[in-house]
Amino acid sequence: MSQNFVPGQPVSVVTQRIEIQKLQHGDHLILGFSIGGGIDQDPSQNPFSEDKADKGIYVTRISAGGPADVAGLRMGDKIMQVNGWDMTMMTHDQARKRLTKKKENVVRLLVTRKSLEDAVKHSMCSYPKQIQAKPGFKD
Amino acid sequence: MSEGVRDCETFGKHWPIAIYILLVYLIFYLKTNLRCCCFCYFSEQHENISQEEVVGLGKEVQDRTQGFRRYLPLAVGSVVGLLMLLTPLAFVLLPAVLWPDRLEACGAACEGLFLSISFKLLILLVAVWALFLRPSRARLPRVCVYRAFLITLTLLLTMSYWLFFGVRILDPQDEDYHGIVQFAVSLVDSQLFIHYLAVVLLELRHIKPCYSVCVIRSTDGETRHYNIGQLSIQKAALTILEYYYRDFPLHNPALLSASKHRAAKHLAGLKVYNVDGAQPGNGNPSRAMVTASAKRKDSAHNELYYEEADYERRVRKRRARLVVAVEEAFTHVRRMKKEDERATPSDIMDVREAALAVFPSMARALQKYLRTTRRQHCHSMESIQKHLAFCLINNMSPKAFLETYLSPGPTLQYGPERWMADQWTLVSEASVTSGLKDGSEFLLRCLDFNLAVTVKSIPYIRVTEEFIDPKSHKFLLLLQSETSV
Repeated sequence: MSQNFVPGQPVSVVTQRIEIQKLQHGDHLILGFSIGGGIDQDPSQNPFSEDKADKGIYVTRISAGGPADVAGLRMGDKIMQVNGWDMTMMTHDQARKRLTKKKENVVRLLVTRKSLEDAVKHSMCSYPKQIQAKPGFKD
Repeated sequence: MSEGVRDCETFGKHWPIAIYILLVYLIFYLKTNLRCCCFCYFSEQHENISQEEVVGLGKEVQDRTQGFRRYLPLAVGSVVGLLMLLTPLAFVLLPAVLWPDRLEACGAACEGLFLSISFKLLILLVAVWALFLRPSRARLPRVCVYRAFLITLTLLLTMSYWLFFGVRILDPQDEDYHGIVQFAVSLVDSQLFIHYLAVVLLELRHIKPCYSVCVIRSTDGETRHYNIGQLSIQKAALTILEYYYRDFPLHNPALLSASKHRAAKHLAGLKVYNVDGAQPGNGNPSRAMVTASAKRKDSAHNELYYEEADYERRVRKRRARLVVAVEEAFTHVRRMKKEDERATPSDIMDVREAALAVFPSMARALQKYLRTTRRQHCHSMESIQKHLAFCLINNMSPKAFLETYLSPGPTLQYGPERWMADQWTLVSEASVTSGLKDGSEFLLRCLDFNLAVTVKSIPYIRVTEEFIDPKSHKFLLLLQSETSV
């Protein structure tokens, strides 16, 4: 996320796998968070993105104690994949549909956030000679 | 004998030329003489004449020639106008009077020209009256250059035509009457064109704004900006003074005493004695005194702050009392309606009596307010009652009545004793008949204050165009929605 986001070019970021179990609420299944962003939305109004041209899907709100909160999702995370489907070039409505499929009980997300990148950088700095040997994490 | 006759003939041929040359010389002499008179008495450029002498001289001459100077332009204008009017008539009438038997008969075309002459002369008369024969609204220190130029041009034109008439028509007693009348028509046409030139030089040039002047009053710093056209310095001063009487609030010397007291206190601090042999207490603040008094300035700004805050509060309190008193006074009086005609006659008053009856209830509050804002000398009792009567006649609200007294109005609003309209002196480094230029400065001095005027030219503005196709206005909708999953 610290690189300049160019649509269509490959991105290398540090990601985290998060698995969320859907909860039955009334007659539909909920995940307990809200998303914002998409390629049909205005990226400059996104408070969580570093690069204001980034049109990805971001987590804007987490309901406390919900399935997402329990699974470790944090506010401001960018969702890169949902169940294997890429989320970086999606409209807002398509993203919502991918997350709320009635037939799936579990969603497996790949999310990225700045603190992950910083943590990797800190750990890499203490072993300067091994930086060239270890390429960046790719998922 | 024949030589004597020939001399007479030569003289007879050349008498118009002699008169012409004499007249031209006379005009130029008069023009320079007038300017010299004014230069000595009314300009401030001679440094070797002291100020008192000049002002004294000016005042004496002013008293003596008050009536004469005011109507001189009118007299000159009338004389020149009369000359211009009578010359074409003389050209047309003289041949018919002097050699009527030899003159050709005047056909239809020739009589048509009489019609043309009469109407053109009527138009010229009205035009000259409208432009020149008005009572002058001011007296300027020097003669206007353009007016003198136009008078000279007119007289030269008329003299040339007379010369031509005398030499080529009167002397040989020309019989072609049609040609003579056409000659007279051409003179009237030339006079109309000179009048057009006068309109352009004297009126149109002054209208188009070319310079922006900044006028600052020296005592309290009131500043105004005006746009004026291409004028001479004295005419610009006149225009600025007319704006001054309309826009600037009345000059109030009572409001300036506070800062004078402060200035006096700054200097009256410590006495410094010089023990090295110079005169003690010679009055100039030496460096030691300035630094010592600088230490006292720490309390001076404090004093000023609290004094001003206190003054503001006092004025606001008095103002509140005044507004309430006036509103109450206005409720007592009401315009008489139809149904009140049956009321007792002692209650029905005309407007002066109504004003007199209502005035005492607000007089005290008004007087106290005017004393606090130091404007009590501007309004006399009669003027207040007159204003009250005016407001009652025009159904004004109490607030409208009070506006005159709450803020100082333009100088013209007050009586003629405050105008000081004959005390203005124009102080300028450049000649006052020269035109305004970018960066010129001059001073208009009245008895207790000055108006400093600086001139800047209006910038040359370059405007470019950009065409926008009306179909090119297209918009995008940018959303940022949040969906909960």
